Amino acid sequence: MATDLQGPVTTDAVRVRGLTRAFEGRPVIDGLDLTLRAGEFTALLGHSGCGKSTLLRVLAGLDRDIEGTVLVPKRRAVAFQAPRLMPWKRVWRNVLLGLPGKPERTVAERALEEVGLGHRSGAWPKTLSGGEAQRASLARALVREPDLLLLDEPFGALDALTRIKAQQLVAELWQRRGCAVLLVTHDVDEALLLADRALVMRDGVIAYDTPVTPARPRTPGAPALTELRSRLLAELGVEQPAVPSTSHPTAA
Amino acid sequence: MTVGHAPPDISGKSLSLEPPHPHGLDLVAVLPSSRRRRLAVPRWLRRAVGPLLLLAAWQVSSATGALGPDVLASPGTIARAGRDLVADGTLPSAMAVSLQRVVFGLLIGGVVGVGLALVSGLSRLGEDLVDATVQMLRTVPWVGLIPLFIIWLGIGEAPKVALIALGVAFHLYLNVYAGIRGVDEQLVEAGESLGLGRWGLVRHVVLPGALPGAMTGLRYSLATAWLALVFGESINAEDGIGFLMNQAREFFRTDVIVVCLVVYAFLGLLADAVVRTLERLLLQWRPTFKGQ
Repeated sequence: MATDLQGPVTTDAVRVRGLTRAFEGRPVIDGLDLTLRAGEFTALLGHSGCGKSTLLRVLAGLDRDIEGTVLVPKRRAVAFQAPRLMPWKRVWRNVLLGLPGKPERTVAERALEEVGLGHRSGAWPKTLSGGEAQRASLARALVREPDLLLLDEPFGALDALTRIKAQQLVAELWQRRGCAVLLVTHDVDEALLLADRALVMRDGVIAYDTPVTPARPRTPGAPALTELRSRLLAELGVEQPAVPSTSHPTAA
Repeated sequence: MTVGHAPPDISGKSLSLEPPHPHGLDLVAVLPSSRRRRLAVPRWLRRAVGPLLLLAAWQVSSATGALGPDVLASPGTIARAGRDLVADGTLPSAMAVSLQRVVFGLLIGGVVGVGLALVSGLSRLGEDLVDATVQMLRTVPWVGLIPLFIIWLGIGEAPKVALIALGVAFHLYLNVYAGIRGVDEQLVEAGESLGLGRWGLVRHVVLPGALPGAMTGLRYSLATAWLALVFGESINAEDGIGFLMNQAREFFRTDVIVVCLVVYAFLGLLADAVVRTLERLLLQWRPTFKGQ
């Protein structure tokens, strides 16, 4: 599209124009425009039910009852909130599932190695812990060498410690692979930790769009992120007290 | 530091040795599970205890005369009758004939039942065409079809095999169909997102997911197959275990009848072992409760 303001056509990983998706006449996505640049890590924030997961499913090609233009790369992969491993396939077979041709087990093992799961390649999914299963699911996405990696709250079901590790892993993998990532989340801190750009979805459109510039690696709660954090929370409709609350009331 | 109310003075008490509970807490040792089970009787032996006790009770009642030979022969007599039947070749040939009927019936019924279940499970068009018909026919008691089968197929092998196939097909159809429709939609979606086509989804997601249901169907259909065999062989049979049993009835040979029943039980046990082995091989991925 010549009117594209985001740069040369070839560097876009996703272009969406006028996307509408309605459930029983009620539009969840309503004339949405979105451009994702190649290699960019974008976080998509929003309340539950705001349509962010629906948008991800549209981009993944899983939801096709849509109107509008959606352009996505051919090679794309999804990691869902639940690992969704086939319980009847050993881990390495799960990783290779759906790959064209007859790939060798070593292909799967390389991807599993990358997520630190090389030693569980021959295990049944039922024997994996929650974090391990989620990493296997990530390996399954990465082995496809996607140009666009779609992450649908992949850390949502993990415990706090495992989540920190998994977030670090995703950051590393993204820096190594350089693919465009769209991370759907409702966690503002997670978005600020990982993303180059944060989007807030509201009323079926991208209501707020901001770059996240502080240098990496970032730590949650760093001063450089505080202002952006408040702003994003405000966009999400969460009002914060003007002064950070402490245990002692200030003297008047 | 201003405090509204002073905390109770505990400085003296905190050093006192007096426990909060006058007699202390009752502590119970949590024993490791290996120590809790003192008698390590092997599983197979434990499983054999029930049948052996029954057999012993039976032998005792026969020996004391509480159980007359016209009602039920004693285990000893039955063992002898069984040995004679094996020695003169009657039992092996009857078993071979019966087993053959069951195998053919299972094969035909299996192909038909699974085939129809795939058609109606995998496509909505197939469901509309097949499912209502099968559900309707299912309510007909299949034993009631014996007279019709005899008129249609004569009194040879065909009606017996057909009867077995019919019983098998319905059980397999219902369970395989339910298994296919019970596959987690999230997994199907994951498969789609991995780029699996329609056939790939069926092969890698739907059919493996339907396997537990299919195995249940196989168990039911094996039980039905033996039942159908008994019915089929009781009517107009010239060979097979059922025929042997009918003949024994005419001569009041309860020992031979029981031998035939034991053979049925043995074959049923064998079939169960086959299914168990299949389940162990094919369903080892399943996280299920295995008892304690």
